[in-house]
Amino acid sequence: MKNNEQFNNRNVSENGYYLVDIADYPTDGWGKFKRVVQRTFRGELFVGLWVVLREMIKFDIHTVSYPEEKMPIGPRYRAVHEMKRLWESDAERCIGCGLCEKICISNCIKMDTRIDENSRKEVSEYTINLGRCIFCGYCAEVCPELAITHGGEYEQASEQREHFVDYEYMLTPLDKMKAGTQVEFEGFGAITPHEDERVKKTPLAY
Amino acid sequence: MDTAYLIETIIKVVVVLLIFSALAGIGTYFERKVLAFMQRRLGPMNVGPYGLLQVAADGIKLFTKEDIIPTNVVGRIFKIAPVITAATAFMAAAAIPFLPQFELFGYTVHPIISDVNIGILYILGIMGIGLYGPLLGGMASANKFALLSAARSAAVFISYEVITGLSILAPIMMVGSLSLIDFNEYQSGGIGDWIVWSQPVAFVLFWIAAFAETGRTPFHLVANDHEIIDGFGTEYSGMRWGLFFIGEYANMFFISFVIPLLFLGGYGDGSFLGALGLLAKMSFFFFFFLWTRAAWPDVRPDQLMWLCWKVLMPIAVINVVITGFVMMF
Repeated sequence: MKNNEQFNNRNVSENGYYLVDIADYPTDGWGKFKRVVQRTFRGELFVGLWVVLREMIKFDIHTVSYPEEKMPIGPRYRAVHEMKRLWESDAERCIGCGLCEKICISNCIKMDTRIDENSRKEVSEYTINLGRCIFCGYCAEVCPELAITHGGEYEQASEQREHFVDYEYMLTPLDKMKAGTQVEFEGFGAITPHEDERVKKTPLAY
Repeated sequence: MDTAYLIETIIKVVVVLLIFSALAGIGTYFERKVLAFMQRRLGPMNVGPYGLLQVAADGIKLFTKEDIIPTNVVGRIFKIAPVITAATAFMAAAAIPFLPQFELFGYTVHPIISDVNIGILYILGIMGIGLYGPLLGGMASANKFALLSAARSAAVFISYEVITGLSILAPIMMVGSLSLIDFNEYQSGGIGDWIVWSQPVAFVLFWIAAFAETGRTPFHLVANDHEIIDGFGTEYSGMRWGLFFIGEYANMFFISFVIPLLFLGGYGDGSFLGALGLLAKMSFFFFFFLWTRAAWPDVRPDQLMWLCWKVLMPIAVINVVITGFVMMF
C-alpha cells in the first residue's frame, strides 16, 4: 500500500498559506530592460532543471500499476450493490418491501414479489440497471433489513450492459456464508458501532 | 569516381538511415521514460521488459494504420510534406562525422558520408528546409489549427535562422573552414582547445537556436498540443504522421552531434576514447532536450520572435564584431 500524502486538513490558515509577492510590471523601457537582465541572470531556469532532476534521482514513483496493485478503498465506498444473507439462517435478508425501488432517484431498481409456499413475501425478480444507477446509496440507507448494501467491487466487464446486475449476481454465495466471510457494509444506513448498548427494551407495560 | 567509393558511400548511407531511424524510435522510448521519471511516473511498462518493446508496438501501429487523406486538403502537398521533414533530416546527416575514422578489416572507414567543404552551411541549410514540412503540411491541411501552426513555423523559421547563422559565424572565422572535420581538427588538442572556451556566447546562442530548430520545448510552438492540438500534424495519421515524428527525432540526434562537434571538441584526437567522448556529449545534449521539456514552460510565438530579433541577434552581431577585432589585432 502506498504511503499517500494527507490532504484532509483543509484549514487554510494553519497550512502556511501566504500571498505571493508579485512585483509591479515595469512601464518604461529602462524598467523592462532591467527586468530582462534580472531574469536572465537569476538562474530561475536552472532551478526548474534541478527540481525535475532531483525527482528523477530520488526515483520516488507515485504510479500505481493498476491491474497488479490497487489503491485501498474505504469500507464506506459505494460500488456495485450486494445482497446480504442472515448470519443465523443463511436465508436472504430481503423481505421484498419495495422501499429501495420507491426511493431510487434514478429509477434503476425494478423488483417483483410473490407469496411463497410458506405464505411469506418473497422476491421473485430483482434487477438494478447499473447503466442508470448513480450510486447515491439511498437504497442501502432506506433498507430496513440491511439487505441491499454497497460492496467494494468496481471492476466489471461484459459484452452487454443488460448483464448488470440481477439478484443472483448480488446475493452473497452460500459457500461464503458457510465460511463466515460475509462483510457487513459500514456506510450510510448501516448499524452504528455499539448499537447494542444503546438499545432499550420495549416497555411492554402499555 | 570509382566503384569502390560508390559502394562504400551507399553502404554508409544505408547504415546511417537504418541506425537513425531506429534511434528515432528508441529516442521516443527514452523521452517517455525520462519525462515519466521526472514527473514521478513509470512510463511505458507493459510491452516487453520495462516497456522496451513499446517502440515496436508503436511502429507496428503506425505502419498498419489507414492512410487517411481528408477531403478539402491539397492532396499532393499534403502527401509530400512529411517526406520533406524526414528526408531533409537525414540529408543533413551527410556532412556530419559521427565517429573518427577507424580501421575495419584493414580498410580505413570514414564515418562521414561526404566531407563537403561547406559542411556546416549545408547542414544548417538542409535543416532549414526541414521546416517546409510543417509549413506546407499545415497550409495544405484545410484545418485552422494546422494553418496556425504553419504561420507559427514561418515565424520560427525567420527568427532562429538568423541566430544560428550569426552565432556560428564567429567560430567559423576562427577555424577558417566550414567542414566539421576541420572544426574537429582545430579542437583536437584536448579540453583546453575547445571552441566553447573562446566562444561561450556563440555556444549558448547556437544551443538556444537548436531548440527552435528542432522545435523542442521552450520553443515548441509549432505543434503545441495544449494550444493548437498537434498543429500541422492534426490531420495526419499513420505513417505520414510517423514520418514527421522520425524527422523530428532524427533532427534532435543530428543537432546533438553538431553542437559538440562545433564547440566541445567533437571526437578529439580520434582515439577510441575520443569517439566515446563524442557519443557521451551527444547523449548529454539529447538528454538535455528531454530535460528541458520536463522543466521549462513554452514561450509564445511573439516572445520567441522578440527573443531572437531583439536580444539574441544583437548579441550575436556584437560577438562577431568582437571576434573580428580580436583576430585583427
